[in-house]
Order: sequence, then C-alpha cells, then structure tokens
Amino acid sequence: MSGSTSMFSMLACLLSREVKLAARRLPDVMTTLFFFVIVVSLFPLGVSPEIETLRTIAPGVVWVAALLASMLALGRLFGEDYRDGTLEQLLLAPQPLSLLVLVKIISHWLVTGAPLVLMSPLLGLQFGLSGEALGVLVATLLLGTPALSLVGAVGAALTLGLRGGGVLLSLLILPLYVPVLIFGAGAVEAVASGLGAGGHISLLAAFLVLALCGAPWVTASALRISLD
Amino acid sequence: MLEARQLTAVRGDRRLFSQLSFSVAAGELLYVRGVNGSGKTTLLRMLAGLTQPAEGEIEWDGRPIGVGDDRFCQDVFYLGHRAAIKDDLDAIENLKIASTLAGQTIELTEARKALTVMGLGDHYDLPVRVLSQGQRRRVALARLLNAEARLWILDEPFTALDTLAIDHLRMSIREHLGRGGVVVLTTHQQVEFDASVVSRELQLGRL
Repeated sequence: MSGSTSMFSMLACLLSREVKLAARRLPDVMTTLFFFVIVVSLFPLGVSPEIETLRTIAPGVVWVAALLASMLALGRLFGEDYRDGTLEQLLLAPQPLSLLVLVKIISHWLVTGAPLVLMSPLLGLQFGLSGEALGVLVATLLLGTPALSLVGAVGAALTLGLRGGGVLLSLLILPLYVPVLIFGAGAVEAVASGLGAGGHISLLAAFLVLALCGAPWVTASALRISLD
Repeated sequence: MLEARQLTAVRGDRRLFSQLSFSVAAGELLYVRGVNGSGKTTLLRMLAGLTQPAEGEIEWDGRPIGVGDDRFCQDVFYLGHRAAIKDDLDAIENLKIASTLAGQTIELTEARKALTVMGLGDHYDLPVRVLSQGQRRRVALARLLNAEARLWILDEPFTALDTLAIDHLRMSIREHLGRGGVVVLTTHQQVEFDASVVSRELQLGRL
C-alpha cells in the first residue's frame, strides 16, 4: 500500500540515497581523499625531510590540506542534483528544506570528510607526531571538517549554476574557514609544545554548533534564490 | 482551484509576460502555448512555486502558494525539462526514492507495476544511464501513476516519447482530470485530447 511518508523515513531515504550514489561513484569520492594524501605527502619532499621541521609544520600542513580537500568536494554537494533536476524536487518536497539540506550535508561529510579524519593519523605518523598529538589531530579534524562542510554548503548553494562558480566559491568560503584552521592547527601545536588543547577544542566545538544551527537555514534560502 | 492574478515575469531586463490572469477549475486542463522563449517554462515554474513572480499572485485552493507550504507541496507534482532521474540508480530505485522524497512511500510491487505500465518491462534493474532518452522520460513519468498530487504541472511531458507512451500519458492525464485533478502542461507536439476533456488554452507571447 502506498501512504504518506513520515519525516524520519524521508530523511533516512535521502541519506541512504546519497550514500548509495557515492558508493556507485567511488572514484569521484576517492578523489578528495587522494588529493588530501598527496598534498600532505608533498611537503616532506618540498620542504625538508628533517624530523624536527616536519613535526613543526605537521599540524598546519594536515589542516590546510584537509581544508582544501573539503573545499574541492563542495562542488559535488549540490552540483549534480542541480543539473539533473533533483534539487527542484527537493524544494517541492513537503518537508522543511533546511532539514533536507542538513541531511545532504551530513551525508556529504560522511563520504568526503570522514575518510580524511580516518586517514589523518597515518599522515601524522609520517610527520613524526607523538601519540598524544595524533589524538588531538583526529579530534580537531572530527570537530572541524563537519564545520567546514556546513559553512561550505552556504557557498556551494550561492554559487550554484554560475559560470566560474568554483573560483568564486573559494573566494567566498576560504575567509570563513580561517577560524577553523587557526583553532584546529593551533590545538595540535599546543599539545606538541606541552600546553593543553582544551581551549582550542572547545572553541572548535562551539564553531561547529554555531555552524550546525545557522548553516542549514542560510543554505536553504540560498538554494531558493539560486533556483529562482 | 488554481488562480493566477496579474502575473508578470521578468527575466534579466526582459519582460516575458505581464498582467496575466487566468483560473483553472477542478477537472480542467490548461494548455500553455507559445513560441520558444515566450515564458512557458517560467510560468510553469511560477505555478509550482519555484520562481517568484515579479508582480501578481497565485492561489491554490484559495490560499496563496508558497514553497515552504507543506500542504501545497503535497498537492503539486512538477515535471521540468530536467527529469530528476539519477543515472547511477536503476529505474526501481529512482521511482521509489523520488516518490519517498515527494512525501509518498510506495512498495516494490507498486513501483514494478507502474514501470510495467509505462512499458519498461524488463529494464527496471538496469542503471538508468544505459536507457534511452525516451525510456528515462518514462521512468520519470511513472511517478504520476502513484502520485496523490492534485495539481500536475508538466513541462513538455511528451518530448522523446513514442506514440504508445504518449497514449499512456494522455490516458493518465484524462483519468487524473476525471478524479477532479488539475493539469497544466506545455507541448510543441500536436497532442489531441478527446471531447470529454475540458481544456483551456493560454497563449503566451502576444503582449
């Protein structure tokens, strides 16, 4: 029997759809991860293989690479749904658009952000980070990359369908990424130099909560404008 | 049912149409005609609530329409140029997911039946990527068979369809009108409905 859908089953359907699509487009999704790995691995080659130098630059390098990788993935957040008309149907769905957007961002993070977090300890090891610093690196990325996806979604929605949208997107979004970068990399540096990372991590968490509360609504409005 | 008052559409600095007023009652078909670029798609998107009119208002069931309005969203089925079909999913998945997102769960058997009726018999487990243009269109249109929406807004629904599929679609539209639904459509093809269908025509592009 057909029937009307509850909000929860609809959101679950959207989430499973996103993951299913990503699974069938694995090379596309892996691009982000490979980009991240390669950029991070270039630094020891380009800067210096000296362990002390590497240890100093590691937090910044890993964080900048994560930031660029997650920006690279933003084009796919709404791009395909926009081109094939799915986005119009989502706008017409009888559920709040901001919730649908939130689910899309979560699934986007699951397939692009989460792999970066999982890969980061391995890359940190390559830079000779201590166990404690590695733990903090993972923790900051775990808090920071979802915030990047949330903030980035606003930019992705605003630049939807524009020519040269990619460049505009980075101009719009990179300044907003700066606080996440400062506190993310700062936390790891603080631990490496013997200070506590608590303050940095709290600020990152606060930034994530803020983004979680604001970004879906702003993104939803931006999508309506872009599709008008 | 559907009423538009003094609609004006502006795209860039071009005025597509202005002061357009019409109303469509339950069980009626509105045929929007006009040359390319006369604003047919814009009008249809306005009626679906996707584009805001520069001036004027649209009412459905006596209430102004809005994109955030759940009741209106439940009532409207919009099929645009882009059919909202995912290449990497097969026909069944496409149909089931599209229905769920439109607020209506359908079972596997219902999905199969709808696709069989649309003439996609053996192809429902293939990724849509390998189907032809017309077959993809049929997958998108299969949603109509289970849709509970009362207002169908169809932008060029007959494009790329063969005569058999056109007949099917024409029949669905007639049945929908018989149930008291409203259909707004544009087409450049000559598609005739029989006399039992109450249809109105709206000619765009003559200001």
